[in-house]
Amino acid sequence: MSNVGRRSELARTGGRNRSRVGRLDRPAIAGVLVREMTNFSSYWRSTTFASTIDPTIYLLAFGFGFGSLVSKVAGYDYVDFVGTGTVATAVLFSSVFPSMFGTFVKYSFQHTYDAILAAPVDTEEIVTAEALWIAMRAGTYGCVPMLVAIAFGLDPRIDMLVVPLIAFVSGFGWAAFGIMVAGLLKSIDNFNYVTSTVITPTFLVAGTFFPLSGLPQWAQVLGNFNPLHHTVELVRHAAFGWEGWADLAHVGALVLFALIMWRFAIRALTRKLIT
Amino acid sequence: MTSLSAMPELAIRLRGVAKRFGEIVAVDGLDLDVPEGTCVGLLGPNGAGKSTTMKMLTAQVIASSGEIEVLGYTLPEQSKVARAEMGVVPQLDNLDTTLTVEQNLRVFAHLYRLGRAERGPAIERALKIANLTDRRKSKVDELSGGMRRRLLIARGLVHQPRLLLLDEPTVGLDPQVRQELWALIDALRSEGTSILMSTHYIEEAQRLADSVTIMSHGKAVAMGPPAALVMQHAGHEVLEVYGAPARLAEIEREAVVSGMRTRRTGTSVALMGIEGHNGDLPDGVRRAANLEDVFVLLTGEEVA
Repeated sequence: MSNVGRRSELARTGGRNRSRVGRLDRPAIAGVLVREMTNFSSYWRSTTFASTIDPTIYLLAFGFGFGSLVSKVAGYDYVDFVGTGTVATAVLFSSVFPSMFGTFVKYSFQHTYDAILAAPVDTEEIVTAEALWIAMRAGTYGCVPMLVAIAFGLDPRIDMLVVPLIAFVSGFGWAAFGIMVAGLLKSIDNFNYVTSTVITPTFLVAGTFFPLSGLPQWAQVLGNFNPLHHTVELVRHAAFGWEGWADLAHVGALVLFALIMWRFAIRALTRKLIT
Repeated sequence: MTSLSAMPELAIRLRGVAKRFGEIVAVDGLDLDVPEGTCVGLLGPNGAGKSTTMKMLTAQVIASSGEIEVLGYTLPEQSKVARAEMGVVPQLDNLDTTLTVEQNLRVFAHLYRLGRAERGPAIERALKIANLTDRRKSKVDELSGGMRRRLLIARGLVHQPRLLLLDEPTVGLDPQVRQELWALIDALRSEGTSILMSTHYIEEAQRLADSVTIMSHGKAVAMGPPAALVMQHAGHEVLEVYGAPARLAEIEREAVVSGMRTRRTGTSVALMGIEGHNGDLPDGVRRAANLEDVFVLLTGEEVA
């Protein structure tokens, strides 16, 4: 009975508005999320291991390595400064790499998208669901460095509860960026170009390990175009105190980044999947 | 849904469908009908446009021109609604290999939008069809090639589609597994599922299809029930004559002069429709004409 109900429901939507037959359908997004979550159950250990250990090593190495040379940076204890900054590093690493490689592998080697697109799911929904899922993971893993920093003496603050949300929005943008890259590039070897020219500078010049205020003027201006910089600033302000309108601008920049990357990712992957 | 009421008997209807990739014309004005409840075989050599045609039916390839209707829905606009009611079994195995048999089916029960209460019974039914109930907890990695192929079919059937697209369903499988799959496909057809099956195995089409469309260079060059096509193009009986290449060439020339159709089989020359021939025939082995004779006659002996 419900089968018949479902059929007529779909048919009705299809008949009413042909050009927009159920775009961004919730059941389609949920279906792709279920696929991602089910697969995650088979590899979560290794992913969680890498996503927690990597930023912790950065935090400990920089925090205590540099921390022995400089005790305070921009008015904060260096360990606290790096501890809050590496939240952004964790977000970047746990979103951009899984999405770049994951999308490419699913497209080229596993032919997963052919299977999904044979069901009532469109590329727009695939991209949205996969970016959402990676963003959720980034929102979770992103908190690890902060928790480690708290263990090493960072004072916990109630405002820190928004950090997963900041990490989620930033992670969504980077996940979409990764999907876009995988959609645009022909070979997985070409990912090296993106890593070297975009990801490494983004990661280093975000204010994570040293404040951008010490850089030349042009680099500071460029820094404002780095979404990771906005992530770092927001996390730090959640931990040390908000800065009013400036933080609102940081939020706006992150949301804008996420939205633009989302649309670009959809366009790039659609071009790859639908001929 | 005026189109549905006007054409209730066709599960798939293609008219003048073409697909160009730059200079290359993959499909060139194809007409194709799949009447509801029948199995149609799409037969053709590699590069004939079969796979492109199959992908147009799920709107992964968008036609350059022509009309496509699937289950009464116009493509590509209403493709998503059509996809909800059809199942697809791809040529390439794209199962999630680290998941279990049951998990693979469960994911697709979600993707095909089955309700919470429907999913469990749907998975059980699919497991039963594919004879994989005992292997439900096995990871795909641990399955044999035949089991994986059965799981692919079960995955495409989890939502009880009205139409099934099978893209080269038995390619690369050993004869026992192929027979097992043929029985499965035959059972589906007898239950009323409409099936479009692309294949380049002639025997597969001859055994399973109510009707075949033979494609060559993107066009349909013949269509009809296998037996009728054989009768029309190759007659009742064929004589296969063996010998040295020079001798075969001579026989071929003589046969053509006397108005017979011939084809090479690799090791022999086959003279077709010998039942209607009055003159002397060379020594050879008589056999019934088959769909392979028609296939080679119509799609050419040269390998593209």
